[in-house]
Amino acid sequence: MRIVSSPLAALAMVITGFLVLGALGKDPLTAFKVFFIEPVSSLYGIGELLLKATPLMLCALGIAPGYRANVWNIGAEGQFTAGAITGGGVGLFYGAFLAHWALPAMLIAAVLGGMAWAAIPAFLRTRFRTSEIFVSLMLVYIAQLLLSYLVHGPWRDPAGQNFPQSPPFADNALVPTLFAGARVNLGFVFALLLAGVSWWFGSATAAGYRLRVGGSAPAAAAYAGISERANIWLAMMIGGGAAGLAGICEVAGPIGLLQPVISPGYGYAAIIVAFLGRLHPLGIVLASLLMSALYLGGESAQLELQLPSSVSGLFQGALLFFLLAAELFINFRLRRVRSSRARVPAPTAA
Amino acid sequence: MVEQLASSGGAVPRLVLQGISKRYGDVIANREVDLRVAAGEIHAVLGENGAGKSTLMKIIYGVTEPDAGSIQWEGAAVTIRSPAQARRLGIGMVFQHFALFETLTVAENISLALDERVAAAQLAARIRSVSERYGLPIDPQRLVHSMSVGERQRVEIVRCLLQSPRLLIMDEPTSVLTPQAVRELFATLRRLAEEGLSILYISHKLDEIRELCDTATVLRNGRVSGTAIPRQESNASLARLMVGTELKECHLEPHEAGAIQLELIALTLATEDPFGTALRNLNLRVRSGEIVGIAGVSGNGQKELQAAISGETLCEERGMVRLCGQQVGRLNPAQRRRLGFGFVPEERLGRGAVPGMDLADNSVLTGAGAGLVRHGLVQRDAARAFARATIAEFSVVCESEQARADSLSGGNLQKFIVGREIRLAPKVLLVAQPTWGVDVGSSLQIRQALIDLRQAGVAVLVISEELDELFAICDRLAVMAAGRLSVAVPSAQLAGETIGQWMTGGFEAAAAARVEHAAV
Repeated sequence: MRIVSSPLAALAMVITGFLVLGALGKDPLTAFKVFFIEPVSSLYGIGELLLKATPLMLCALGIAPGYRANVWNIGAEGQFTAGAITGGGVGLFYGAFLAHWALPAMLIAAVLGGMAWAAIPAFLRTRFRTSEIFVSLMLVYIAQLLLSYLVHGPWRDPAGQNFPQSPPFADNALVPTLFAGARVNLGFVFALLLAGVSWWFGSATAAGYRLRVGGSAPAAAAYAGISERANIWLAMMIGGGAAGLAGICEVAGPIGLLQPVISPGYGYAAIIVAFLGRLHPLGIVLASLLMSALYLGGESAQLELQLPSSVSGLFQGALLFFLLAAELFINFRLRRVRSSRARVPAPTAA
Repeated sequence: MVEQLASSGGAVPRLVLQGISKRYGDVIANREVDLRVAAGEIHAVLGENGAGKSTLMKIIYGVTEPDAGSIQWEGAAVTIRSPAQARRLGIGMVFQHFALFETLTVAENISLALDERVAAAQLAARIRSVSERYGLPIDPQRLVHSMSVGERQRVEIVRCLLQSPRLLIMDEPTSVLTPQAVRELFATLRRLAEEGLSILYISHKLDEIRELCDTATVLRNGRVSGTAIPRQESNASLARLMVGTELKECHLEPHEAGAIQLELIALTLATEDPFGTALRNLNLRVRSGEIVGIAGVSGNGQKELQAAISGETLCEERGMVRLCGQQVGRLNPAQRRRLGFGFVPEERLGRGAVPGMDLADNSVLTGAGAGLVRHGLVQRDAARAFARATIAEFSVVCESEQARADSLSGGNLQKFIVGREIRLAPKVLLVAQPTWGVDVGSSLQIRQALIDLRQAGVAVLVISEELDELFAICDRLAVMAAGRLSVAVPSAQLAGETIGQWMTGGFEAAAAARVEHAAV
């Protein structure tokens, strides 16, 4: 039952989506074609699918171990931005000096940047028992404003005609693309590698085991001497590092420079992806491809069907809604409760 | 209740089961079970774990439907499809595992369980009056999470009584009560029976059944192996019906205890929980090769004491707890385990074992130091072998080592946890409520395993509410009351009444002087 809940939710989302489109006077068949077929009917389109799946996959793979351990990092969007800032900063200012070491240095800096951003909620939770949910979420806005300040101010490109953006990354500071004719880059390979590592980490390592125990039975974890503090730190560091890596692969990839807005909400969508994939690495890989298809479909629907950009948000929201609903109906059964006045007489012969 | 009684009549039995059968896959839980409960009768259902008692009760309470057989309620054939319907018929059940929401108060919990809506103030008053009338003191405003197991059970009993049932099913009701409280409960149950309430009393405590129950139906392997009038039987003859063979009693060979392995020195611990019990100046020594027992009603600091010894709560000073000669008061549970500490906690599911993990993974929980984790990797094959060996050695009934912990019955999971801790070869073993809700055969096996540990030179500390058990296996006994601990006295020198008196805190002045020499 649990395994089919994700495909079921996806199906319900598609049906609902096209009912809404139909209500807007669009032919559902055309809409389906525009939404799901056309975007991936070329090599470039497939590249775009993988490109957009990359940050979703990285962020979702990063936060999933925490979700298993009851550590709710919902600020991947902020850690993504922090990684873009630190990694991007290294690329902008030390790119020339580092020569062909620039890219590795940027990747490492981005991972560390994402981790540092995630360390704030981890520290506050372990030290003061603040909720990591709120802290990580609020830090998203701080990271975005920090980036905005940098590209409006100190990091602004002098030759950029006053646009709020940094100078473009030099060639040695760009994440290489995988094949000609498409924009998908090395980040996708990192994401697949992370999925494999994450699978291994969750099933074979003692640290993964401790996260699982901490999440499913906190009293058993305390009994066994599993440190809650260590679990929180580990989960937040994995999430922050993966999101930071996603951030640099985006700015030093398809975007090519730093600008105020670098993500259409990948970090938030990753939360849906993580649950849609049932927190399992393989599930997350598939779910991020689906979510990426929704982004692409939304863009193509905007162009060809003159629909507002919020249409992909509608699909995302419907997906999460159906997913939560499926979860609810797996765990609970609806029952009509009669009021006390209308009490049924005790049934007799049956 | 009197009116209800009038309608039920005299000669018509309250409940008749005929030829009830139920199978789960290949397992036959009940086979052609007949049961007849008269109005106002206290009827015992006896049987080992897995004998089919729980399935039978679930059928009566409408949780599961039988594959075959018929149920007659007060002379009319019925099909009981749900617990709500069972309650409407007048059947109440006190479960062994309580279905209470920890974050809600007693009154809120009871209000949720009632089928009718009652105003909060009125409900609280009714809870108070029922709880006082039947000697089950509980405060309706208390939050359940802060209550001990014993106190939670009172909530469950009161909850049922509020619904004025005509048949009350009680699953192991006395396992958490003091001898005095058991007597009070029995008086309550007898009074209820006189008022016409029928009681189905599930237990494996043969003494209690012989004292309380009018008739007994004994189940073995899903079948009725006999019915008896308990007062006319001996413990041995009842046990024979239940197990099919004679049981041997465990006994302690006198021998010299060795070096002090576990020592509490002026252990004092404040509690953050407003309903918790602060520990005040506890002193205790447990030597290798002896079993020391701590008696007392739960809620008197046992929970806090266990956490202080295991390391789940850290002490103020490291010298307050000594383990194998080292000061460990500030060490965490994993560090204490590495020094040779083993622990079987009271709560099996969720603390002693992770419900959703299989037995192999549950071996890793505390077996990391025993080669089940190497170089940071879980050794799945070693864990499976370890779990298999534990299952075999302690005859745990389960599908395989890949069965989830929550698929095991309480007694079998307890055997697994005890087995796991023992097979990790501890130097000091702390066991809380070792046989709570465990059947006679398994209890005996667990007790014998603890005695074997003692022979092998392990220091064993048992915290239990069952005095018979403590007297059977302990070299020395101490009593816990209101966060304080009496001196530990050789069990042979202690009378049951003295313990009863100490349980209410009467040990302070009297005992300290009298038995100082005996406290090693």
